[in-house]
Amino acid sequence: MSKRIDISDLNVYYGDFLAVEGVHMSIEPRSVTALIGPSGCGKSTFLRTLNRMHEVIPGARVTGKAVMDGQDLYAPDIDPVEVRRQVGMVFQRPNPFPTMSIADNVLAGVKLNNRRISKAAADELVERSLTGANLWNEVKDRLEKPGSSLSGGQQQRLCIARAIAVQPQVLLMDEPCSALDPISTLAIEELVHELKNDYTIVIVTHNMQQAARVSDRTGFFNIEGTGKPGRLIEMDDTTTMFSSPAQQATEDYISGRFG
Amino acid sequence: MENHVTATQNAEPKPGRSGASSAADTTSTAGAAALPRTGSSGRLGNRIFAGLSTGSGVLILVILAAVAAFLLYRAWPALTAGADTFAEVDFMSGRGLWAWVAPLVFGTVLSSVLALVVAVPLSIGIALFISHYAPRRLAQLLGYVIDLLAAIPSVIFGLWGIQWLMPLVSPVFTWLSTRLGFIPLFAGYQAPARNIMTAGLVLAVMILPIITATIREVFLQTPRLHEEASLALGATRWEMIRQAVLPFGRSGIISAAMLGLGRALGETMAVLMVLSPGYAINLFLLQPGQHQSIAANIASHLPEAGSTGVDALIASGLILFAVTFGVNLIARWVINRRAEFSGAN
Amino acid sequence: MSVLAPPLPVRRSRKLARWAPYAVLAGSAAFSAGLLALLTTVTIAGLFALTAVSYAVAITTLSRVVEGPRWAKDRLATALVTLAFLLALIPLVSLLAIVVGDGLGGFSWDFLSTDMVGVFGSMTSGGALHAIIGTVYVTGIASLVSIPLGIFTAIYLVEYGQGRLKRGITLLVDVMTGIPSIVAGLFAYTVFLVLFGPAYKSALIGGVALAVLMTPVVIRSVEEMLRLVPNELREASYALGVPKWLTVVKVVLRTSVAGITTGVMIAIARVIGETAPLLMTVGIAQNVNWDAFDGRIATLPVFVYRQYAQGGVAADRAWAGALTLIIIVMLLNLIARLVSRYFAPKGAR
Repeated sequence: MSKRIDISDLNVYYGDFLAVEGVHMSIEPRSVTALIGPSGCGKSTFLRTLNRMHEVIPGARVTGKAVMDGQDLYAPDIDPVEVRRQVGMVFQRPNPFPTMSIADNVLAGVKLNNRRISKAAADELVERSLTGANLWNEVKDRLEKPGSSLSGGQQQRLCIARAIAVQPQVLLMDEPCSALDPISTLAIEELVHELKNDYTIVIVTHNMQQAARVSDRTGFFNIEGTGKPGRLIEMDDTTTMFSSPAQQATEDYISGRFG
Repeated sequence: MENHVTATQNAEPKPGRSGASSAADTTSTAGAAALPRTGSSGRLGNRIFAGLSTGSGVLILVILAAVAAFLLYRAWPALTAGADTFAEVDFMSGRGLWAWVAPLVFGTVLSSVLALVVAVPLSIGIALFISHYAPRRLAQLLGYVIDLLAAIPSVIFGLWGIQWLMPLVSPVFTWLSTRLGFIPLFAGYQAPARNIMTAGLVLAVMILPIITATIREVFLQTPRLHEEASLALGATRWEMIRQAVLPFGRSGIISAAMLGLGRALGETMAVLMVLSPGYAINLFLLQPGQHQSIAANIASHLPEAGSTGVDALIASGLILFAVTFGVNLIARWVINRRAEFSGAN
Repeated sequence: MSVLAPPLPVRRSRKLARWAPYAVLAGSAAFSAGLLALLTTVTIAGLFALTAVSYAVAITTLSRVVEGPRWAKDRLATALVTLAFLLALIPLVSLLAIVVGDGLGGFSWDFLSTDMVGVFGSMTSGGALHAIIGTVYVTGIASLVSIPLGIFTAIYLVEYGQGRLKRGITLLVDVMTGIPSIVAGLFAYTVFLVLFGPAYKSALIGGVALAVLMTPVVIRSVEEMLRLVPNELREASYALGVPKWLTVVKVVLRTSVAGITTGVMIAIARVIGETAPLLMTVGIAQNVNWDAFDGRIATLPVFVYRQYAQGGVAADRAWAGALTLIIIVMLLNLIARLVSRYFAPKGAR
C-alpha cells in the first residue's frame, strides 16, 4: 500500500529563478518524514514536486528525478493527474469543498472524476475513510451537513479523510497544523502516528517540537540568503537530528539561534 | 554547506503500533498498480475544454474585428466619395459627408460634456457618501439603489425626460434666459425644453451609476493607514478626505469620467426623444433645433434611408465607434496602470 | 454642552450637540416653506432646493461661530455629500413614481394578452402581447449566443489564459462593454445587409445586436465570480487526482454557480431594455410573429417608443408598456440578488 520515493539531483525553478537546488533524498515507506527549515527555504515547494502540484503554479518546473518504486514521476509519458491519485496531499489551511456535504467531501475524489460507485460501496468508503481520519464518531450523525460547518481541526481531518479515500500510496502534508489550535493539532499528530502504518507520509512543519514528536526521519532545508536557492542541508533519523546533528546550521536552527 | 547528506541507508521501517491498526488497512486491495502510461481519462477532456475556452476568447477578438470590418466595408464608399454623391440624400440637404458629420460630432460631444459637468461632481459626492459617510451596513444597500438606475431602460429615461424633467426645468430655463440672456449660452429659450441642456441632464442621470460605481471602488481602496494617519494628526473627516482619499483616487476619478463619457457619447434614446434636432455648431444651450448627436441621427434616419444614405449613416456610426473605442481604451489604460502601481488589489 | 457621543477622532474645544444638525434642518425647512409661501407658491422641488441651500448656509455659519472654521468646512462637506446622494435619488424615485402613476391606468391582463391587430385611431384597446413575445425571442437569441460564449471566455481568462493573448482579450472585453448600443445595432444591420440583402428583417438581427452588447457584460461578471473561488479549492481537487477540466466544471463552476446566475440575469436585464439597436434592425409589427427567422417583430422597448411617438391614447399604451418593462427589469434584478444571497456557498466568501 505504501511506497518509497527516491529523489536525486532535484532542482526546482520558477521561470529562470532557481528555488530549490540539488536535493537528494530517500523517503521510506510506512514512515513519517518531516521537513523543517526557515520560511522561504523551499521545503513546501519541494513537497509540491512530489505529486507534481508545482505544475499548477505558472512557470514552475523541475529537473532531476523522483522515482517511486521504480517509476520516474517526471517521465514524459506520465500523466500528472495519475501521480496525484497515488500521492495525496493535505494543505496548510483546511479546504473542504463548500458546496458539498461531509460525506460528499470524502467521496470527492470519486465523484469529481465522474466514477460511478454503488450506494453501499460509497457508504462503506465514507465510513472507512472517516474512521481512518479519526473523525467518524464526531460526524456520523450529520454526514449530510456542509463540510464547512465543522470546526477548523475537524475540517482538516475531513481533508485527510478525503485524501485517503482516493487510496493513495503516499500522503504529503504541507504544514497541516499551522492554522489550528493546540488541541486540534494534537488530534492531527495522533492521526499521523496511526496513518503511518499504511502510508508513506511526508510532512512539512514550522514547528520543531512537532517534527520531533511525529517523525521518524527529519530533513533540514536552509537558504543562504534571499535570491539564493534553498538546499537540503542534512537528513537523518529524527532522534539523531535533534540530539547530535552533523551540521552547524542544523544545530543553530534546532536550538533556536535563527529562523 | 555544499555537501548534501543523502540518506539512502535503509532505516528499518518502524513497526506500526499494531493496536491502532486502522480500518484503512482493508483498502490495500486497490490502487497498488503502477502508474498508467498513456492517455488517461482526463487528457482528452482537458484538450477539448481548453480548446473551447481559448476559442471563445479568440472569438471575442474576431467579433470586435468584425464590427470594425463590416462598418468600414459599408462606410468606405461614403468616406471616399465626393460631395455631389450625396445630393439626392434628403436628410443631408445637399452637404458633403464631412460638412454633414461635423455638426453631429459637435452635438454629440456637447451633450456628453454637459452630462459630464453635471454627473462627475455629483458622482464624487455620492461615492464619498457611500464609502465614507453612510453607515457600513447601509453602504452596500445604497450601492444597489444607485445601480438600479443603471438597470432602467433608456427609452423610459426618455419618457421621464419629457414628462417629468422638462416641465421641472422649464421655469429655471425661462429665468436664466430672461435674466442672464445677454450671455449667449443662455440666450433664446423657448418652451418646451427640447434643447441640448435637457438632453445633457438626462444623459447625466444615465451615466451617473457607472461613474459612481467606478469612483466608489477606488475610494474604498484608499489605504486605511493613510486615512488613519491623517485622522491621528487631528484632521477632520473632510480634511482626511482631502489629504488621503481624493489624491489617491484622482486617476480613478479621471478614468471613471472617461467611462461615463464613452456611455454618453453613444447613448441614443434620451437624445432622440428629448432633443429637437438641428445641424448647427453653436453654444446656444437653451435653444431648440440647434444640435443633434450621431447616435440619435442614425436611429431617426436609418429606417427610411436609401442605399447612399445608409452608407453615410454607417460612416457616421464608424466615427462614433472609433471615438468611443478610443475614449474607453484610454480610460481602461489609466485604470489598469493605476491598478499596477497602487498595489491595491 | 456635554453629550454622550461615540469618541470623535479629535477633541474640539466646543462642539455642536448631536441634535443640532437636525434642529437646523427643521428650522431651514420651516424657513424655506415660509419664504416660498410669502413670495410664490410652495412646490416640492422649490422647497427641497431652498431647504438644501439654507441648511448648508445655516449649519456652516453656526459651526463657524461655535466650533471654528475647520469644523465649519467639515460640516459643509458633510451637507454637500449627503445632498449629492439625495439628489441622485430624485430621478430614481420620480421615474418610478411617474411610470407607476401613468402606467397603471392602461396596465391590465387585457394589455398583456392582446396584440395591436385591428387597433386604429383613438381605440383604447390593444396591448403588448406581440411585443413581449418579441422581446423574449430577441433576448433569448442574444442569451443563447452570449451566455456560453461569455462563460467560456471567462473560464479562459481565469483558468487558462496567459501572457499577451489574455491581456489583450481582457482589455478588449473592457473596451467592448463601452460599445454604444447604436453601433452594435449598426453592426448587426450591416452584417445582414451584406449577407442577405436589404429586404431581410427578423428577430435574429436584433438578437445578434444584443449579443454583441451582452457578451462582454456576461464575461466581466462571470470572470469576477470565478476569481472569487479560492485557489485552495482548485488545489484540493488537483491533489485528489482530478483533471483540470473536471476541476473547472465540478469545483470552480459549481462553487460559483449562484454568482454566475446572478451575473447572467443582470446582463439579461441590461439588454432587455435596449431600444436603439432594435429600432433600427427589427422594426415594429402589429401582430405576434412566431418565426424568429423571418419578418419584422415587435419588441417592448420599441413598442413603448412608437406608441409614445404616436401620441393621444397610444401614449397610455406606451406608459403601460414602460411599466411592464420596468417590472420585468426590476424582477430580474431582484431575483438575481436573491439567488446570490441565498444560494451562495457558505464557506466560499
